[in-house]
Amino acid sequence: MGDRNRPAPFSATSLARLLCALSLLLLFCTSASTLFAQDWVRTGSGLGVEKVRLAVPDFKASSSDPQNTALLKTFNDTFWNDLDNSGVVELVSKSFYPLQVPGQPTDVTFGMWNAPPPNAAMLAFGNLGVAAGKMTVQGWLYDVKNTASPQVLGKQYADVATDEAARVIAHKFADEIIFRLGGGIPGIAESKIYFVSDRSGHKEIWVMDYDGSDQRQLTHQGSIALSPRISPDGSHLAFSSLTKSGWDILMYSSDLNRLVSFPHFGGTNLSPSWSPDGARLAFSSSRGGHSEIYVCDASGGNLHAMTTGKGPDVSPTWNRKTGAQIAFVSGSTGLPQVYTIEADGTNQQRMTDQGYAVSPNWSPNGQFLTLAWTRKYGPGEPGSSDIYLMDIASKQWVQLTHDGGRNDFPTWAPDGRHIVFQSSRSGKEEIWMMLADGTKLHQLTFTGRNSQPNWSWK
Amino acid sequence: MKSWEQTFRLSSENDVGFAGGIQVKRINVNKIDSNDDRKKVKVNVSQQTLRTLATVIALCAVLMLGACKKKAAPPPPPPPPPPASPTASISVSPDTIQSGQSSTLSWQTSNATDVSIDGIGAVQPSGSQSVNPGDSTTYHLVAKGSGGTQEATTRLTVTPPPAAAAPPAPSPSEEDLFGQTVKDIYFEYDKSDIRGDQQASIQADAQFLNQHSNINFTIEGHCDNRGSTEYNLALGDQRASSVKSGLVAAGVNASRIKTISFGKEKPFCMEDNEACWQQNRRGHFVYQR
Repeated sequence: MGDRNRPAPFSATSLARLLCALSLLLLFCTSASTLFAQDWVRTGSGLGVEKVRLAVPDFKASSSDPQNTALLKTFNDTFWNDLDNSGVVELVSKSFYPLQVPGQPTDVTFGMWNAPPPNAAMLAFGNLGVAAGKMTVQGWLYDVKNTASPQVLGKQYADVATDEAARVIAHKFADEIIFRLGGGIPGIAESKIYFVSDRSGHKEIWVMDYDGSDQRQLTHQGSIALSPRISPDGSHLAFSSLTKSGWDILMYSSDLNRLVSFPHFGGTNLSPSWSPDGARLAFSSSRGGHSEIYVCDASGGNLHAMTTGKGPDVSPTWNRKTGAQIAFVSGSTGLPQVYTIEADGTNQQRMTDQGYAVSPNWSPNGQFLTLAWTRKYGPGEPGSSDIYLMDIASKQWVQLTHDGGRNDFPTWAPDGRHIVFQSSRSGKEEIWMMLADGTKLHQLTFTGRNSQPNWSWK
Repeated sequence: MKSWEQTFRLSSENDVGFAGGIQVKRINVNKIDSNDDRKKVKVNVSQQTLRTLATVIALCAVLMLGACKKKAAPPPPPPPPPPASPTASISVSPDTIQSGQSSTLSWQTSNATDVSIDGIGAVQPSGSQSVNPGDSTTYHLVAKGSGGTQEATTRLTVTPPPAAAAPPAPSPSEEDLFGQTVKDIYFEYDKSDIRGDQQASIQADAQFLNQHSNINFTIEGHCDNRGSTEYNLALGDQRASSVKSGLVAAGVNASRIKTISFGKEKPFCMEDNEACWQQNRRGHFVYQR
């Protein structure tokens, strides 16, 4: 990092790091509906040090059913992974746990958890039992420093005894805990990520759980399908695909599991984006000659152009909080730059000052853009595209990825804490996830080439 | 790498997989053996000369032999398969002839009681035969025995005689002429306007297209693979449009022209260097039947 003189607005690394911390702080404060229980951002600096120390001993088997062991393992792995990825707690390493772990409230010995070595503030524990094809999970969250009234949460779940159901229950209970320990922002363990994969031989739209499990193919176009965007209520998926007549916006119904009709506009139609109320779509169309940003109703009616000019305009993204602005990419001044415009077509503002800036995505709280940016671009330049975070009001930015292949198409998680994106750092395009400060980076897809992720709205 | 590709292609194209695959593997083994011999000769010669040099070369030879041995070890012993299951192989030599010439088909089987070749019928367990088909032919041999059935396939490619190809076609077809004459238009990085050195191509293309006014065609806009997917599709669209505008300005009727953008979805060249990128930044002409 910092091989050449990077003309960052904050020349010192420490300053950049501080901005990162501050912007995250801002992000979490403003998006939290209630401002209690933000233990881990109390001081506003040294993020990551102040997180709640949560101990999560493996849940215990509460039956001797032969299925119990496998389902318990699925549950424990998923549950741990969800909490570990949440970014709101610090999981206490299992090596510090006492030999006897609790499966019931009566098993809890507070002194073994609230003092070193585990020194945990919170303890999540429970049990999973299978009987006659049914699975029952009991889970508790205990504040082990408050021995007088320790219970924060007690939940019981019942479902069919399948691997899938064990994962879903783990996601649900993890989300309950994250909601309580993470400043009242719902967890994302039950969210989905839509993406493009070529593993069938053609680029098609696929969907997976947020942790990369349960990947399945949605479209069967047999040509090229790109730019999936799921509607806010999750009922419709808009995408662009090469059809007999050219590039069209197509609409897939998640309820009917098939394509539903959507108008054919003529020209090259690309990169759809849903308004936060789900009533409108913005996309790029060259139906009038040049690629411009157009807006239409969710049904395709009431079509009108938002931009004019000659440069190619693509990749619109709505202000996800207000629906009052759209950010997009324009090549009208040469290399593509990111702009914002009011939804009525006025007040166009250039956001990026140089390089090659594409793929903006608006944060759930409305304050930030994440984008793919090659700040120094041109002949002889290293030309590495990285993911950036930009504060819209001040146009100040931080770089989130560093020197790891070509990174593009960042998309926010509904919690505003996570970003998923495509990266070639492993040698081919795959989908990666990280926290919005660039940490906890991990790969979600491994088969074929996978790109253009889009996160569900909840 | 190459041999793997060959194996793959054989098995996928001819759908025989097994026989084709084994044949290719044998060829590899032979190659390695001949390398071995050469190394040995080198070692002998060197030992008579400089001692130190000899040690070095010997060491290298040992290393290489070691490497070769490693490769040579895996090939399975020549097919001594379970007692009664039949084996079969078939080949044709030469495997490419001109129409009217003949080629020799040879086959060998073992443990087979009933051997037949499609298009020829029942044949001896092993033998050869002269063939002179008019078109390219795939010979498919089926050997049945008490231990099962084994199949093998070989392909004879028949090319039309060169004299026959030229005269019957009095003049090249319009599609051929289109392919030979109409030149693709190349672009600067991130640009969609026709650069100076491409103006001549546009004019020449327009001249040809005006002379052949019944040809309809598509202009594909392509981009190099450095940019972002969505932006490149929009840029490719502008490139295709800008070639179209150039032709229309030179008198070509717009209704004959379709445009489509491929962005960076269908590159002509896959390497990461400027020569290759330039190949991919183009308006590509496709004849429309």
